[in-house]
Amino acid sequence: MTKRKFGFAMSLVLAAGTILGACGGGDNDSEKSEKDSSKKDDQFTVAMVTDVGGVDDKSFNQSAWEGLQEFGKDNGLEKGTNGFDYIQSKSDADYKTNLNTAVRNKFDLIYGIGYKLKPAIEEVSKQRKDSHFAIVDDVIEGQDNVASITFKEHEGSFLVGVAAGLSTKSNKIGFIGGTDSDLINKFAAGFEAGVKAVNPKADVKIEFAGAFDKADKGQQMASAMYGSGIDVIYHAAGATGNGVFTEAKNLKQKNPEKDIWVIGVDRDQAEEGKVTVKGKEQNVTLTSMVKRVDIAVKDLATKAKEGKFPGGELLEYGLEDDAVSIAPTQDNLSDEVKKAVAEWSEKIKKGEVKVPVKPEGK
Amino acid sequence: MEYVIEMLGIRKEFNGFVANDDITLQLRKGEIHALLGENGAGKSTLMNVLFGLYQPEKGEIKVHGKKADISNPNVANELGIGMVHQHFMLVDTFTVTENIILGKEPKAGGKIDIKKAEQKVREISEQYGLAVDPTAKVADISVGMQQRVEILKTLYRGAEILIFDEPTAVLTPQEIKELIQIMKTLIKEGKSIILITHKLKEIMEVCDRVTVIRKGKGIGTVNVSETDPNHLASLMVGREVTFKTEKTEAQPKENVLEINSLFVKDARGIQAVRGLNLTVHAGEIVGICGVDGNGQSELIEAITGLQKAESGSILLSGKDITNLKPRKVTEQGVAHIPQDRHKHGLVLDFPIGENMVLQTYYQQPYSKAGVLNYKEIYKKAGRLIKEYDVRTPSEYTPARALSGGNQQKAIIGREVDRDPELLIAAQPTRGLDVGAIEFIHKRLIEQRDKEKAVLLISFELDEILNISDRIAVIYEGEIVAIVDPKETTEQELGLLMAGSKRKEAGEMNV
Amino acid sequence: MSKRFSNLAVPVVSVLLGLIAGAIIMLISGYDPISGYAALWNGAFGDSFYVGETLRQMTPYIFAGLAVAFAFRTGLFNIGVEGQLLVGWLAAVWVGVAFDLPKIIHLPLSLLAAAAAGALWGLIPGILKARLHVHEVIVTIMMNYVALHLTNHLIRNVISDQSDSTEAVKETASLKSSFFESLTDFSSLHNGIYLGLIAAVIMWFMLEKTTLGYELRSVGYSQHASQYAGMNVSRNIVLSMVISGAFAGLGGAMEGLGTFGNAFLHSGFSGVGFDGIAVALLGGNAAIGVVLASLLFGALKVGALNMPIESGVPNELVEIVIALIIFFVASSYMIKWLLSRFKKEEK
Repeated sequence: MTKRKFGFAMSLVLAAGTILGACGGGDNDSEKSEKDSSKKDDQFTVAMVTDVGGVDDKSFNQSAWEGLQEFGKDNGLEKGTNGFDYIQSKSDADYKTNLNTAVRNKFDLIYGIGYKLKPAIEEVSKQRKDSHFAIVDDVIEGQDNVASITFKEHEGSFLVGVAAGLSTKSNKIGFIGGTDSDLINKFAAGFEAGVKAVNPKADVKIEFAGAFDKADKGQQMASAMYGSGIDVIYHAAGATGNGVFTEAKNLKQKNPEKDIWVIGVDRDQAEEGKVTVKGKEQNVTLTSMVKRVDIAVKDLATKAKEGKFPGGELLEYGLEDDAVSIAPTQDNLSDEVKKAVAEWSEKIKKGEVKVPVKPEGK
Repeated sequence: MEYVIEMLGIRKEFNGFVANDDITLQLRKGEIHALLGENGAGKSTLMNVLFGLYQPEKGEIKVHGKKADISNPNVANELGIGMVHQHFMLVDTFTVTENIILGKEPKAGGKIDIKKAEQKVREISEQYGLAVDPTAKVADISVGMQQRVEILKTLYRGAEILIFDEPTAVLTPQEIKELIQIMKTLIKEGKSIILITHKLKEIMEVCDRVTVIRKGKGIGTVNVSETDPNHLASLMVGREVTFKTEKTEAQPKENVLEINSLFVKDARGIQAVRGLNLTVHAGEIVGICGVDGNGQSELIEAITGLQKAESGSILLSGKDITNLKPRKVTEQGVAHIPQDRHKHGLVLDFPIGENMVLQTYYQQPYSKAGVLNYKEIYKKAGRLIKEYDVRTPSEYTPARALSGGNQQKAIIGREVDRDPELLIAAQPTRGLDVGAIEFIHKRLIEQRDKEKAVLLISFELDEILNISDRIAVIYEGEIVAIVDPKETTEQELGLLMAGSKRKEAGEMNV
Repeated sequence: MSKRFSNLAVPVVSVLLGLIAGAIIMLISGYDPISGYAALWNGAFGDSFYVGETLRQMTPYIFAGLAVAFAFRTGLFNIGVEGQLLVGWLAAVWVGVAFDLPKIIHLPLSLLAAAAAGALWGLIPGILKARLHVHEVIVTIMMNYVALHLTNHLIRNVISDQSDSTEAVKETASLKSSFFESLTDFSSLHNGIYLGLIAAVIMWFMLEKTTLGYELRSVGYSQHASQYAGMNVSRNIVLSMVISGAFAGLGGAMEGLGTFGNAFLHSGFSGVGFDGIAVALLGGNAAIGVVLASLLFGALKVGALNMPIESGVPNELVEIVIALIIFFVASSYMIKWLLSRFKKEEK
């Protein structure tokens, strides 16, 4: 008896699904008009779909959300489906669902934050040709309704490379990357070029941790590097880089006289480098290479609002857009170094220097 | 006459199965009142009703003449009813005192006043002659001692009426004597006792009156002084019971089981069977008699393939079955009624029906091309349940829900039904009542009369003497004597089992 | 109270209690539970797209739940479903990427590879348990980590050249269904749902109707009695882990050949395997129960995504509701007691 009831309930659910599905397939337009009625037609709306990090990841997603909030403030929009909003993904399986939810809520522009959303945006943008999408940190080609945002990380890395090349005493410099990928190699290449530009004698050792979330691995690698005489390490390794800071701070506490430095990435990581040695506050962060996702996100949203959505295009944000730069915290840099950095920055902006995207020997 | 407990017209059903039907039990102050019945007759159900674990569908309970609604064991405790369970409910890692006070701890400033508790436990144990060490861990004391702790637990909670659920089942003869003494002291101190049992000897020894129930129905209450074991047995079983099983002279035929200089190690790697020789013929029952731990278990395990034989040979009707896998041994025609029926004989969570094909489920007609034929399985189960008088609500009832005797009947039905050449029965009647014992003995003899070989292992001399056609005495892993049950005595067997006397090899008719 | 009734009532009451408790938490935190649950419902069944997504999410849950339930019914606790799922995922994608075959061969071959990989991942703890009595819980937990790092290594260094993901599987190995896409407005529902339902029927049939299932259940309930009855206990333990692992591996194939169409680096566990434990528990370790529990979990997980945007309720709340449901199922004694109280008062 109960079994039969179970079966009945089961078939009801499946039947409901199929019937709803059948309606949905043909009735797209009526649905659209229904939803439209609840929305002011002239209002420009924008949403972002996070990767699994969420909007409070102190990194990429958070920065993008800050950009959207600022865009909203500037244009008098409110958070919500009539203005700007975010949708968080709990797992990789949620990307497509969330992008579709954004489409269903009739957002005029939908951001996918991070390269992990690339396959999902590729697929959904083909299915929803009327919606506009943008992917941050990756490139989708040949889709008229998708704009791609990337950053010239090599340019920013070049500048911190200059700082490193001029600050090192041992002439040994290290780079720890998250994974050996094209993206991270851009960081490595720019950094290496920057060092060599000001200090040809310096040796840059490039290594990869293989992961962005292994702080212990980062600490091990940093320990080996500092042990071999390296005194500046630039990390482009996300949370793995936290281990580099830990190791540098430990060494600093053991031997406060020794100059060892970490260069932070993506945002100003001065906070991570703070260490108290014998009651005196010091900082092992030399400076950071910041990547202003917020600036890029805001810029593209503004363009789209003005009806100039750059569909199918690749937007590369670099030094001239202030989207990559050396961090404002530069307390540990001498004036000399700061001056050199500013000079090289001008040269790059003017196009006098072409920064490579692949390290030497690759 | 003053009654402390009156259970009047109690009825209790489980899903349509009537466990108690209009049962009346009246307990007088200061008496030991036996509750007698076969396994599964409904004794435990009735007592669980009294203790508040079950609610009766009909009938009423009076305590000291006042109607009482015993909705849970706490109410029973408050009314002064205490239960000494058959399976002890003790925390092994706690001390005796901690176990006794559990749930009713004397407190001093938020902490348990263990000194005071120990003092109290000592007082009670002296008053009732229950010698225990209040500071010993329960895990370290003997079963008999643990039972005393259970008794003390009820007394500590102020019980006036004590229910003993088959208290002697787990005890040694010496411990039984001590328990009887304790019960008599309790009565002297003004307590009243209900003793659940199916052992007639005990009733005759300590009880004043006895209430008999049979198949869930109350048969009546009699004074022990006006009855005898035979009468009680017939009341319990519902017909005349013979304590001496009737059987004809054995007609031994060809050799079925031949064991030659067998060596087997036990699970710990110690040599348990040492050069054992034994022959069992078709048409005879050979009883193996010996003190527990002299290699009986290992002998059975070696024959059935559960334990590897180190050396020697085991032949079944001339075929070598030494160290075959258990399934192959089974297929060759060996059936085994294991000593521990719960652990080895049944899958307790399976329905009784599925248990009936535990060895044969993969054979036709129960299985075809890897798919079970439940119709055939339950047809067989239904037939065996009827033939072997297994009392169960249905063949779909889990084996766990059956009483011990009925579980054993099911196992015997299953094993005998396979029509084996050799039937090994290890302690087949342990813990069973007279009715079930008689039934099982008859079945074993029936197998013999069908010209099958039966190997019986038992620690009870009565059973060995009663059933066997030949008795093989085992001592330290060897058969030290073969005797004729008609010519031997318990005394002689006792000496042989203790290893103090050996028959010369030449005298042994192996 | 009949056993069957309580088998059904306990999960249903648990789910209701979980939802009620969730509503109370929403009220306390200043959210509107009615609009919250309405958003949850809309996000799970609101239109054909979401129905499709719910069923898609349900698919791997069915397999993970069946894997846990199968092992549990045979007396084993398979915590390694997550790892078995990951290796199955990779194996399916590998075969799906590497070969060019007609669909009739390619898709079954990919699925078979997934099942075989999962089975292998179950075989190891099975053998260790059967031969050396190493507890399967410990081994399977460790095998999860081995699976995670091994699959990541293979994706990065062997199947792709330092990339974060493999190529998409060939059309001939894909479970994608254009029929479902048009039916559900481009949801990612794929043909795997059929396989999930078939797998549930297979598990039921195998356990309840076959000789093999009889043996496995028997060993699960009582190793001793099974040994005495002539069954090969070691073989059955190994077999049970292998079958359980195969179910889990197929769950991975659902993700690899259906939902995602590729395999990619995982920085942590996917969680589907662990949710499978909850699904099996809620489903009473029975095939039909697992299917229903998977539907519930799929609906909750997919519906939760819609809660913040439609009603402003954080979707973490659904995690709390799920946790509470599991809590109530686990404390089923309490619910049985409540039910018996309720029944009594009715009289």
